[in-house]
Amino acid sequence: MELFFRDLLKERKSAIVEKWFDAIIATYPMDTSGFLKNQRDQFANPIGHTFSNGIESILSTLIEGDTFAEGLPFLEDIIRVRAIQDFTPAKALNFIFMLKTIVREELEKEIRLGQISSALLGFESKIDDLALLAFDIYVKCREQIYELKTDELKRMTFTLLKKANLMSEIPVQEFEHNDQK
Amino acid sequence: MAPKVKLPKPGELSQIDFKIPATDWMDTPVEFKPGTYCWGAKEKDLLTLGLPNPRQWSPADEDWKIPEGWETTILEGMAERLSKYRSFKIFMDICVRCGACADKCHFYIATGDPKNMPVLRAELLRSVYKRYFTKSGKFLGRLAGARELDMNVLKEWWSYFFQCTECRRCSVFCPYGIDQAEVTIIGRELLNLVGLNIDWISGPVANCYMKGNHLGLEPHAITGNIESMVDDIEDITGIRVNPTFNRKGAEIMFVTPSGDLLGEPGIQTCMGYLMLFHELGLDYTWSTYASEGGNFGFFTSNDMAKRLNYKIYAEAKRLGVKWIIGGECGHMWRVLNQYMDTWNGPADFLEVPKSPITGTVFENAKSTKMIHISEFTADLIKHNKLNLDPTRNDHLKVTFHDSCNPSRGMGLLEEPREIIRAVCNNFYEMPENTIREKTFCCGSGSGLNASENMEQRMRGGFPRANAVKYVKEKHGVNMLANICAVDRAALPALMDYWNPGVGVTGVTELVGNALIMKGEKERTTNLRFEDLPGKGGNE
Amino acid sequence: MKILFSLISVIVLIIVATLGAYITSLHYAFGIIIPYVALTMFVGGFIYRVVKWGQSPVPFRIPTTIGQQKSLPWIKQNKIENPTSALGVIVRMAMEILFFRSLFRNTKTELREGKNGPELAYGSAKWLWLGSLFFHWSFLIIILRHLRFFLSPVPYFVQLMESIDGMLQIGLPALYLTDVFILVAITFLFLRRIFIPQVKYISLPADYFPLFMIMSIATTGILMRYFYKVDLIAVKQLAIGLATFQPVLPEGIGVMFFIHIFLVSVLFAYFPMSKLMHMGGVFLSPTRNMISNNRMVRHINPWNHEVEVHTYQQYEDEYREKMKKAGIPVEKE
Repeated sequence: MELFFRDLLKERKSAIVEKWFDAIIATYPMDTSGFLKNQRDQFANPIGHTFSNGIESILSTLIEGDTFAEGLPFLEDIIRVRAIQDFTPAKALNFIFMLKTIVREELEKEIRLGQISSALLGFESKIDDLALLAFDIYVKCREQIYELKTDELKRMTFTLLKKANLMSEIPVQEFEHNDQK
Repeated sequence: MAPKVKLPKPGELSQIDFKIPATDWMDTPVEFKPGTYCWGAKEKDLLTLGLPNPRQWSPADEDWKIPEGWETTILEGMAERLSKYRSFKIFMDICVRCGACADKCHFYIATGDPKNMPVLRAELLRSVYKRYFTKSGKFLGRLAGARELDMNVLKEWWSYFFQCTECRRCSVFCPYGIDQAEVTIIGRELLNLVGLNIDWISGPVANCYMKGNHLGLEPHAITGNIESMVDDIEDITGIRVNPTFNRKGAEIMFVTPSGDLLGEPGIQTCMGYLMLFHELGLDYTWSTYASEGGNFGFFTSNDMAKRLNYKIYAEAKRLGVKWIIGGECGHMWRVLNQYMDTWNGPADFLEVPKSPITGTVFENAKSTKMIHISEFTADLIKHNKLNLDPTRNDHLKVTFHDSCNPSRGMGLLEEPREIIRAVCNNFYEMPENTIREKTFCCGSGSGLNASENMEQRMRGGFPRANAVKYVKEKHGVNMLANICAVDRAALPALMDYWNPGVGVTGVTELVGNALIMKGEKERTTNLRFEDLPGKGGNE
Repeated sequence: MKILFSLISVIVLIIVATLGAYITSLHYAFGIIIPYVALTMFVGGFIYRVVKWGQSPVPFRIPTTIGQQKSLPWIKQNKIENPTSALGVIVRMAMEILFFRSLFRNTKTELREGKNGPELAYGSAKWLWLGSLFFHWSFLIIILRHLRFFLSPVPYFVQLMESIDGMLQIGLPALYLTDVFILVAITFLFLRRIFIPQVKYISLPADYFPLFMIMSIATTGILMRYFYKVDLIAVKQLAIGLATFQPVLPEGIGVMFFIHIFLVSVLFAYFPMSKLMHMGGVFLSPTRNMISNNRMVRHINPWNHEVEVHTYQQYEDEYREKMKKAGIPVEKE
């Protein structure tokens, strides 16, 4: 990424984060009382905190990082929340694409002057990559919801299965024990 | 019933702002989305219990098959309860809507849905109360916050009274002590008058009524399950413990939630009880008839709860025991502590509990004659009656989740902590405003730990999970201890989703692992057959 | 809309009062009849409500326990928030009623994410506690201060209260601190209803109306004391007349007084049918006023009716064979 563009983003970072946060919170039509948006305590409002904390780190890695590794846990935190909140997949992940619009709006003047077009395209490709990652995470979370149900059933019926000799302790370990003895 | 997929217009999805204009709560209709509600009560269960309006129905249907004239049934039910419960009447009358409770509810925190604010959840019922039972509501209508009772209101009640776990956290912060749990309890009673319950409650209640426990374990299944735990204990310790069932003349009867008899990690907690009692040589018996400490009847109606609770004293009397110990469970202890004696007492055929090991007399239970296993164990530990090796739990970094009911309906805060400190070397508390009397619910309490509402559970439990995450990151916590069977059933899923790598355990399981039993062989695994730290084959 | 409705209602009331004040022939109604009617409605309504509450029994002992229970001797019990004695409950209730203990609970300092790392912040609820405390205490002191109009000679404690209240000695007559406090506090309570979105969302006209009423009452009172002065001797004559049930109507009391006393009358009459009854209700709340000795003393439920149960006999009849096979003792072979 061009140095100039990077500095520009760094300079506008807090404004972008703020707009991004507002845009995400706006996807909660139920938040008619403004709780998620205004309460910032980590324990009193874990959702708002997850978002504000997460998007800042994600933006930082987008600006600074060469790979996305550092931002990944934060991305996962956010998506984990959205995966259980009554959103369609599109709406759940929409917040990533919002970033494009927000950056474009924020840097409108520079874009008009034609100073940053190639760097901006590069940055937007990174956002696309982010979206693909997000898609993976989202699907993983949703799959997990179903796994949780089956796991819970397994835990519930474990004793029964064992008693009916349908399941037993994993014999491999026993072999290992015997070997050592 | 698959939701109709509507193709979005181009650009619709990528629009930044699809915020719906805020509507007043009375104008916001309730929605039933899969994953966020429980199945409706089954016909056969309501028939078993003799509850009104048994039928097949689904909350997703438009028609809930409620009998004609249901409005009268509900309003008469309200009138009756207003005359029977001062709490209900006062809580309907004196709320000033100051908002102190608003952000104290875990469901509200995790959804932002204003109807999950305790004040508004109460207002769902209060608005109807005002319309039919107060002058101002009759004359001023909506200006006084009153509204007509209609089918939409009824559905809204069903949705939101089954999105409240009766955890009482709001009640701690309310300047008048208004307790949403109390309002929800009454609300659910009213719903039950027209046959509106959820399957996950009415099923266990029917089981418990007929078979003695929520899981529906018949007598031979109970002994069988415990037998297999006895086998496992023998494999691990080399000692064969000998529990007895329905034995007359035993000194103590032991009652625990049936969740401890089936499924992990409940059974390991149960193994802990078995080992502890054996090691002490306690003269105690299990009962297959009173084989349930929990009480899902409490989530149905006061009468239903009393009908289930009856068995405990009845069985203690039949067996001629002297007093009762209760296992680790949450709402069970709210019921035992605040309701049992009033419903089914006085237990004048029992004696004041006295620990045969330490001689401690439990004066705090001199009327109910029933003590909590944590009280019993904490007393043993204080008197050095247990030979413990806490290093066996050294691979664990433990934090403790206060269950709602023992903390806010009893005040059992220090006893389990004393036990944990004695049996574990690594114990870390979660942040102060998320534990003890301010503890966050697991999100699955009061009968909401079904699987069809998994998303709802993950949301409701998020504030709790978030606090666990904090100690996980700060101290490397990997085990969430608790004293509640619903916690043991519900928290594993919550941890798997939010904090993978954090396990869930009952406090007595930790005791069982640390307990050095007389004549035991050298243990190589814990009660889960996992290698002990430093002693296993692979370490 | 909700706010507007309440505001308009209060404005209408003020207009009515002003008309009454300007039409001399109505003075008797506004100065004597309406206050008596209002007082009757207040006392009667208040008693009625409390009696109605009292008629419903407390079937279960359901204190919210907000601290360690009494169990083992070496574990320190929280004797106030989980009281096992009457004294504990009295202290708990006193803390609740006099100092709004539960609202205060909210006020712990918290670590939050700030611009430069974590920072200490105070929860907004602390302001709610402070605002409520100032409001209610000021209100109480102001009401007690008014006793000087109704009693002759003025009791010592009222004089003492006045001198403390006016200790700043600003202006003539001396500025009362409580006058300032109540206006500030009630403005705060009003503003938070508008500006905190959650609170705005749950607020009803019935929440704004008393705020506007009390605001108007306080304002007219202050105007009367400092700006549009009324004939205090005449006022006292009227007040003592009312208090001794020998009402007299002195001449030339002043317009502002009639507005003031009319609004007070309306508030008193409105009181028993509104949420303001929390004043009485707070004493009766079962989650706070009960002794938490559930397992020590049996609580009696007056309507503890019989319920249908599933007896052991029925249970054994159904499972006898299975029990015998599993080696579980049975009553009947």
